[in-house]
Amino acid sequence: MRPFRYERVGDDLGAVTAIAATPGARFLGGGTNLVDLMRLGVETPPVLIDVTRLPHDRIDELDDGGLRIGAGVRNSDLAADPRVRAHYRALAEALLAGASGQLRNQATTAGNLLQRTRCAYFQDVSQPCNKRTPGSGCPARQGEHRNLAVLGHSEHCVATHPSDMAVALAAFDAVVRVVGPVGGREIPLRDFHRLPQDAPERDTVLGPDELIVAVDLPLLPVAARSRYRKVRERASFAFALVSVAAALDVVDGEVRDVRIAFGGLAHKPWRAHAAEAVLRGAAANVATFTDAAEAELSAARPLRDNAYKVDLARNVLVRTLEELAA
Amino acid sequence: MSTATRTLGSPVERIEGREKVAGEAVYAAEHDPERVVHAVIVQAAIAKGSVASVDAGEALRLPGVLGVLCAENAPELPGGEGELAVLQSPGVAYRGQIVAAAIADTLETARHAAQLVRVTYETAAHDVELHAGHPRLYKPDKVNPNFSTDTEEGDVDAALGAAEVTVDEIYTTPAQHNNPMEPHATVAVWEDGDLRLYDSTQGAWNAAQAIAKVFALDPGRVRVISQHVGGGFGSKGTPRPHAVLAAMCARYVGRPVKLAVTRRQMFTLTGYRTPTIQRIRLGADAGARLQAIAHDVIEQTSTVQEFAEQTAVVTRMLYAAPNRRTTHRLVALDLPTPSWMRAPGECPGMFALESALDELAIACGIDPVELRLRNEPEIDPESGNPFSTRNLVACLRDGAARFGWTDRPGVRSRRDGRWMVGMGVASSTYPARRAAATAHATAAGDGTYVFRISAADIGTGARTVLTQIAADALEVPLDRVRVEIGDSDAGQAMLAGGSMGTSSWGAAIIEACAGLRAGEPEVHVDTAESAREAVPFARHAFGAQFVEVRVDADTGEVRIPRALGMFACGRILNPLTARSQFLGGMTMGISMALFEETILDPVAGAYMNSDLAMYHVPTNADIGEIDVGWVAEEDTTVNPMGAKGIGEIGIVGTAAAVANAVYNATGVRVRDLPITPAKLVGRL
Repeated sequence: MRPFRYERVGDDLGAVTAIAATPGARFLGGGTNLVDLMRLGVETPPVLIDVTRLPHDRIDELDDGGLRIGAGVRNSDLAADPRVRAHYRALAEALLAGASGQLRNQATTAGNLLQRTRCAYFQDVSQPCNKRTPGSGCPARQGEHRNLAVLGHSEHCVATHPSDMAVALAAFDAVVRVVGPVGGREIPLRDFHRLPQDAPERDTVLGPDELIVAVDLPLLPVAARSRYRKVRERASFAFALVSVAAALDVVDGEVRDVRIAFGGLAHKPWRAHAAEAVLRGAAANVATFTDAAEAELSAARPLRDNAYKVDLARNVLVRTLEELAA
Repeated sequence: MSTATRTLGSPVERIEGREKVAGEAVYAAEHDPERVVHAVIVQAAIAKGSVASVDAGEALRLPGVLGVLCAENAPELPGGEGELAVLQSPGVAYRGQIVAAAIADTLETARHAAQLVRVTYETAAHDVELHAGHPRLYKPDKVNPNFSTDTEEGDVDAALGAAEVTVDEIYTTPAQHNNPMEPHATVAVWEDGDLRLYDSTQGAWNAAQAIAKVFALDPGRVRVISQHVGGGFGSKGTPRPHAVLAAMCARYVGRPVKLAVTRRQMFTLTGYRTPTIQRIRLGADAGARLQAIAHDVIEQTSTVQEFAEQTAVVTRMLYAAPNRRTTHRLVALDLPTPSWMRAPGECPGMFALESALDELAIACGIDPVELRLRNEPEIDPESGNPFSTRNLVACLRDGAARFGWTDRPGVRSRRDGRWMVGMGVASSTYPARRAAATAHATAAGDGTYVFRISAADIGTGARTVLTQIAADALEVPLDRVRVEIGDSDAGQAMLAGGSMGTSSWGAAIIEACAGLRAGEPEVHVDTAESAREAVPFARHAFGAQFVEVRVDADTGEVRIPRALGMFACGRILNPLTARSQFLGGMTMGISMALFEETILDPVAGAYMNSDLAMYHVPTNADIGEIDVGWVAEEDTTVNPMGAKGIGEIGIVGTAAAVANAVYNATGVRVRDLPITPAKLVGRL
């Protein structure tokens, strides 16, 4: 691990000023991913700017009935919040499906969004990786990619985004609030993470000197009836092979509203707009659910060893919708 | 004598248990001799070739850096062979091999320095893929530890041709890496030409001998101390290269050196279980009696040294069949040398054999327990010797009753919501042996006794059980006895391996007790004579494992709500620690069945999933109710305690029982471990 400086900041402006001052500087939240990557030599920031003392550790109700989740709210606290549990159930389930109790106590909302792929090549500095070293190549495409992307990947990168939380947030139309040196902006979560295209080194659209301060959840009645289902070899403490966050409102046997996002399939949480379009106004039955899954997954381009994920995603979406409709 | 003093067979808690949970037990890396400094390993970034240059300039300029060792400036190791010939040539035999080490006054600086060492290479084409048609397959002279490579009795081909029912299938197991809780670590101290190592090892005496040989030192000048060891599973059985490197670094900088292997480095430096490709052919008559068994194994070794795992040896003795053939073929690949991992040989071999038995039972239309009962041999088919004790039948029968085996559903016929439910069974077996050991004992005169033996407690409870054995033999309370272990100065003793530790050490303790009881104040014993097996019995432990699985019909996720292991392992000396050994073995077997697989990138020649986030072992949530039982047995032909080793049998057969249960639940046979959703989802 290379030596680095540690700074603590007291307000947002101080944070963005500090990060703009040193190229390669990183904000430190829970550190559960960043510090690992520093040990591996993947991240070599000259300075860490500790933002955990900024006043972003609250969950507040918004005037329109939604919730504002502070960037520094710990994953455990977010999962335990009674408003989240009651009105955005899949989000609480997603958080609790992630990592371990100890890590959830440490990890923050913003840090969870910004965690890096667990692609083995990205984490091994002795190997090429376009995400870590742009232009060096992507050995995963021909190599080990069993748990990498089937949707939205490019010739440059087949990584997946590892977050569970972000999948539920993508389904629920969350908005990321950021501040930069010249003020703030709002980024819909579904646009916050990027597809790799020809710049896989950029996971998100966040600028290098921007700080996430909060994530807003809009009032979304359908989210009260929602599920997060995570498929994994091991029953706990494993990244998803495939996950789905789904919310379904059925009236008189017909789908009135629906939200679906997949995890484990792409470089970003994959909002399933095509599936939602099939379902809205359609009969709530297995045939429609299957059609919806096929509509979304017809775009899949599995690699040599991960076609099973398409089967998994279809099956798990259909089953989750069935359970929500029951 | 009061019965209250007879502690052998009692559930005595670990003597050092409080020390361990309080954090007071000192492990290898926690030793801090005066002026100790730190070394960090630099590993090869290519799979084959040689180091062209090592530029340590930038590293050496860091304040606090004491040196960088590489092949160019490394001390010569007169007796360094194979993996222990550390830095003796610029050659690179596998990716991750040690090519340099940075030594500094703090761990952080050493780590930083290691990252700054610039190594360039001459790269050669590498070959890392094991496959059945590999052109360089060869027949080793022996398989571990000293078994015939191939055996043949009768006419297997004719018997297969004449059989009413046959099975002919290929089973494969992946590379797996031992991951004890405590990573390997060594602290090396030179004093007046003598070398002292605080090492995490399964055998202090063996380690001292091996290290002495590497440095061409008189064995009396090397002392290895290893008081507490946080698991080994075979990977700490013999010294690993880092132990040699620590001593080299300490000599180079003239100060004690601490070298702690990282979890990630363990995936290249501390051994692993070879992948296997196993073909099993079974032929049975109309009565489901085996007429022929053939077990042909393909596995890997390295170009550094040969490691020939004895995968098919178990097939030579487990079932009666007049015609039998076993073979082992190896290919030397550009990968680290495989090594011992819990029940090496028996464990992967029994996955194949016991899966095939299940397939034969289905083909014959009989219950798999019944199939095993019908093929129980009267004598050891291999040697013709009688078994000293063999209670596989009792394990199967008692286990079936205890587990509720008669409730086993038909194939793919039980559902509980989205879960498909099934049950499976497999046999377990492991050799019951002992080896020579020396021990010292002294009677203090005040009714207390001290024993010194170079035993190892790698978390098994050995320290406690040896204390029980001594107290029992002396007929004194436990607190009158202290057994000092983990120090090579105590002299020759078997290492904690091959399920032979307690068997070997306990026999020496009992011999020493005889001397003390005869009134000698100080006794030194060497069991070299008595450990020789006078009567030619076949000595093995046996067991039967029963598993219930639930398979998610949508996803192929496999969960195990309950399992039972019934074992026949001679006298159980401490039911508390013994249960943990069986339970841990079975847990590791479930892990093998469902999770463990080190994934190779053939282009890079690298094992990719080299951390515990990607190399999965079970969490608590993965292990349901594990029931452990044993049948009454005592076998004094193995050792005077009447016990058989129990460290390994728990993992043997478990994976087959899981695979057989998955078949029962789903109708899908997975012959390629591990059994993952990817292999099931499209087939349910």
